[in-house]
Order: sequence, then C-alpha cells, then structure tokens
Amino acid sequence: MDVYFEDVHHTYPSGVHAVRGVTLHVPAGQRLAIVGQNGAGKTTLVRHLNGIFRPSRGTVRVGDWTTSDKDIADLAARVGYVFQNPDEQLFARKVIDDVTFGPRNLGFDAERSAQAVREALSATGLTEHAQDHPYHLALSERKRVALASVLAMQTQVVVLDEPTTGQDERGVQMIARIVGDLAAQGRTVVAITHDMDFCAENFDRVVVMADGQVRADDVPERAFRQAEALADAQVEPPQLLRLADELGWDSSPLTVPAFVDGLAARRAVR
Amino acid sequence: MIALDHVTYAYPDAAVTVLTDLSLHVPRGTLCGVVGASGAGKSTLAKVLSGFVPHAEGGELAGSVQVGGIDVPQTPLAEAIEKVGLVTQNPFNQISGAKFTVREEIAFGLENLGIERAEMIMRIEEVGELLRISHLMDRSPYALSGGQMQLVAIASMLVMRPAVLVMDEPTSQLDPGGTRMVFDVVSELTRDGTTVVLLEHKLEQLRDHADQVVVLAGGRVALQGEPREVLSDERLTQWGTGSTRYTQAARAARDRGLDVPGPTPVSFDDALRTFGRGA
Repeated sequence: MDVYFEDVHHTYPSGVHAVRGVTLHVPAGQRLAIVGQNGAGKTTLVRHLNGIFRPSRGTVRVGDWTTSDKDIADLAARVGYVFQNPDEQLFARKVIDDVTFGPRNLGFDAERSAQAVREALSATGLTEHAQDHPYHLALSERKRVALASVLAMQTQVVVLDEPTTGQDERGVQMIARIVGDLAAQGRTVVAITHDMDFCAENFDRVVVMADGQVRADDVPERAFRQAEALADAQVEPPQLLRLADELGWDSSPLTVPAFVDGLAARRAVR
Repeated sequence: MIALDHVTYAYPDAAVTVLTDLSLHVPRGTLCGVVGASGAGKSTLAKVLSGFVPHAEGGELAGSVQVGGIDVPQTPLAEAIEKVGLVTQNPFNQISGAKFTVREEIAFGLENLGIERAEMIMRIEEVGELLRISHLMDRSPYALSGGQMQLVAIASMLVMRPAVLVMDEPTSQLDPGGTRMVFDVVSELTRDGTTVVLLEHKLEQLRDHADQVVVLAGGRVALQGEPREVLSDERLTQWGTGSTRYTQAARAARDRGLDVPGPTPVSFDDALRTFGRGA
C-alpha cells in the first residue's frame, strides 16, 4: 500500500513547529529509513501515519484514505506502529495476550488470529516466552513483544520507531530479517533509526531530516554521500562507507562483502 | 574502588542464577565497559553495583560487593544511592513522575540529599551546560523526545556527583552526536576521579574510551582486558555481542586470502591504519 505525505506541517500546542513541509511518496513494498538528529521531527512525522497526530497543514494518505478523515482505530487496520518505548504499548499480563489483542480487535477469527500470533512470536524469537509476563522480560525482549503485536495485525504498512535500540547482535539480525520479509510480501516499511549500518544494509531508501524538513532523499549509496545534508542532520555515514571515503575510494561499499570486493579489486589493480 | 568477588545471584523464585561466581575489579577514576548478549546478566550486574539487588529485588546474593568503600548488600539502599548513581536502561522509567519541569526533575535527587539551594542551582546549571540541555529546563519531562529524556536521566544522576556511576546503555536513544557527547562527558568525569561502569552495545565507543572491557556470557565473566584486544576477539560472535563492521571487514578480507597485517581493527582509526597500508 502506498503512503503519501503532501506538504505536511505539524505545530505542537506549545508552538514548536516540528514538521515543516514534508512531501514524500513511499510506494508499496519499499523499505524507507528516516534518519536525523534527536528533535529533527522524525517521530512527529511518522505519528501522522497512524492518526495519533493530524497535520496542521497538508495531507497524509495511506492508500486511498486520508488520515485526517479516519480515527486511530480505523487506521490500525492499515498501519501497524511500533513505539520507541515498548512500555507505551504493552498492557497484558502475558506476552501472548498482548500479541493476540491486535488481530482479535481487527476482527480476525480465532484460527487466523492464532496463526498470525504464532508467526509473529516465531519471527521475533519469543515463542518460548508466550506465557511470560512482559514485565519479567528484559527491555530488549519487551521491544520485540511490541514488534510482535504489530506484526500479528498483518497491516500493509509497518512503522518502526528505533527498532534496534538495546538489541544485541542476534536481535538486530532478527529485526533485519523481519524488515526484509515484510518488504518481500509487498508491505511498506517506514523506520526511524540512528543505526546507520543497519540502515545501509537493510533499506532501499534513506530520508535525512533536519529541523522538520527533508534534506536528502535517495538510495543509501547516494543519500550517505550528501555531505551538507548529513552535516545539517548530524548524521554520520555507515562505518564502511566512511572508511572507503577516507581511504579515497570512488566506490560506496554499504556492506562487509562490498567492502571486501572493493579491497580485492584495488589490490588486483596494484 | 569497585571490588566484586565471587558474586552469585538468583532472582526470587528463579531456578537458575543470573550471575555466577563473578569477580570484577575497577580502579578509581577508570572506565570499565561491559558487553554481552541480552540475558547475559548486564542489567543485573548494574543492579548489584547500585544495591537494587538485593535490597529492592530480593533474592539470594552470595559473594562480596564493595563499592566506593561500602559493603553494598550490608548498606541500606538510601545510603548506597549517595555513593553509586545508576542510570537505568529505560529513561522513560527513570523520570520520577512527581515533577512538572526538567529543572525540578534534576533537583529531585539533590533535595533528597539535603543540598542547600544555592548549591543546587549552581549544580543544575552546570550539568545543563555540560549535557547541552539548558534550553529544556522549563519543559515538562514528559514533553521531551526519547533522546532528550535520556539526557535528563543522565543529568539527574551526574548532578548528585556520585563517586561511582553505573550506566546501563545510557546512549541507546541518542543520535551519534549525542552519543559522542555523553562518552566525552564520561571520560572527563573519570579523569576527575569518578569510577564508571558502562553497559553498552556500542563497541566502537568502548574501544575509544574504556580502560578495560569485560565480556559477560551466561552470567559469568567470559573475557576481560584491554579494549582493543577484547573487542576484536573472534569469540565475541559466539557470545552474541557482535563486532564492528571494521572488525568484520578485516576478518572477511583475511578469509578471502587478502593480506590484512597487524591486529584486527575495532574502531575507525584502527581501520584507517589497517586498510590504509598500501591498500
């Protein structure tokens, strides 16, 4: 399902003008990462997708729906939103109840719901924790419970706010796999992240935000080359791209194999 | 300054120990980084150092925990808190909920310590400048972004000037600029004599700032030593802590038969030296 932001502005009641004219079209199946400094307006922007916020000016559309015409409950059928802080999202006494709430609420029958919950728990590595109390789990696990509850709703659009925070290597790999699977199923993924390596390795497109505006919007290879935008947003390129730049390479390796290919090619010439 | 000897701990009603025969020594004015997969016992270690285990959590604690000259399990929590500041993993939970502004929130701990007003004002201004949050002082703690809230949580601890600071992933919500700033501030504190234990997934920052790095696996110390050596150890993958892309690239290049001389790089500067040589 396509997502559209058309000249979106958002001003908080306090007067803070957090989003200042953002226009983006995110086609179905795309994996879009939004990066930028704390306070750049990233979370404010994506909170328009599930109707928590309405634009002060401009339009946000999810498929053929204009979000300001819909309430949060309607939008939940199309947009799954994983909060940065899982404790804003979890409420049940058992992991499985938290994860089952969404699909049941969307009207899935018992069988479809049970299937969706099983898949979501397995994808997030929580099958063994299904009967546990979420508050007895580590923060990194609670974050995956929050992710599982959204996956189980099988929405066409999935929004992830800082999904890799506090995850160890295995957790990050699990989330990377989920992002890839969602896109392969034609679902749209919009993620906010400070982890540029995760971003470079797993996303098709990078939007760099600063001061409520889009400063760069491109495939990772090119977005991470826009020095001025990155400086404004205080974003550093991914580790290997930064290294290749400093070494004077003209290629843009985003992954370990790409870097090693580059190294091998340079050695061969020499 | 910190001496943990043969510490073994299990949460109440838990069948297995979270920490097993764990010993750890951190000299005064140094920074000890602790890495480990989720469930390795990092957060429990933080609670042991700060007294929340066993005082608040209960359970069975064996072994000796000496921090800043006090025997933590034998000292009431209120007293232990004056010596050891704990910055918890989730800043959203550290906010007291009792205060209307960031300034009052940061003052909260100082009020409990009975610090006099003029001193309080001075310390709050100082910590505000140090962490670049002066402009947030009149805001509600709940009107902050995740990253800002994390800086406020750190400020609330720093302002109390504890001799020992335990920080559980203090930069998880921060952008790279904010992360660098916090690590710089922590380094400065250690130079001034504060002893810091930092539980962290950001390996590159530990390489650049820590005096020693400890790897926890299954509640035990799996490896301990000089940051670069520990953080480039091949077994880190098996212990689930991962490695930086620089380390991975050096290993992958060696696997391809390319000559990558010298020690395995961990940080950007290491990698420049490694791959800059005639590459």
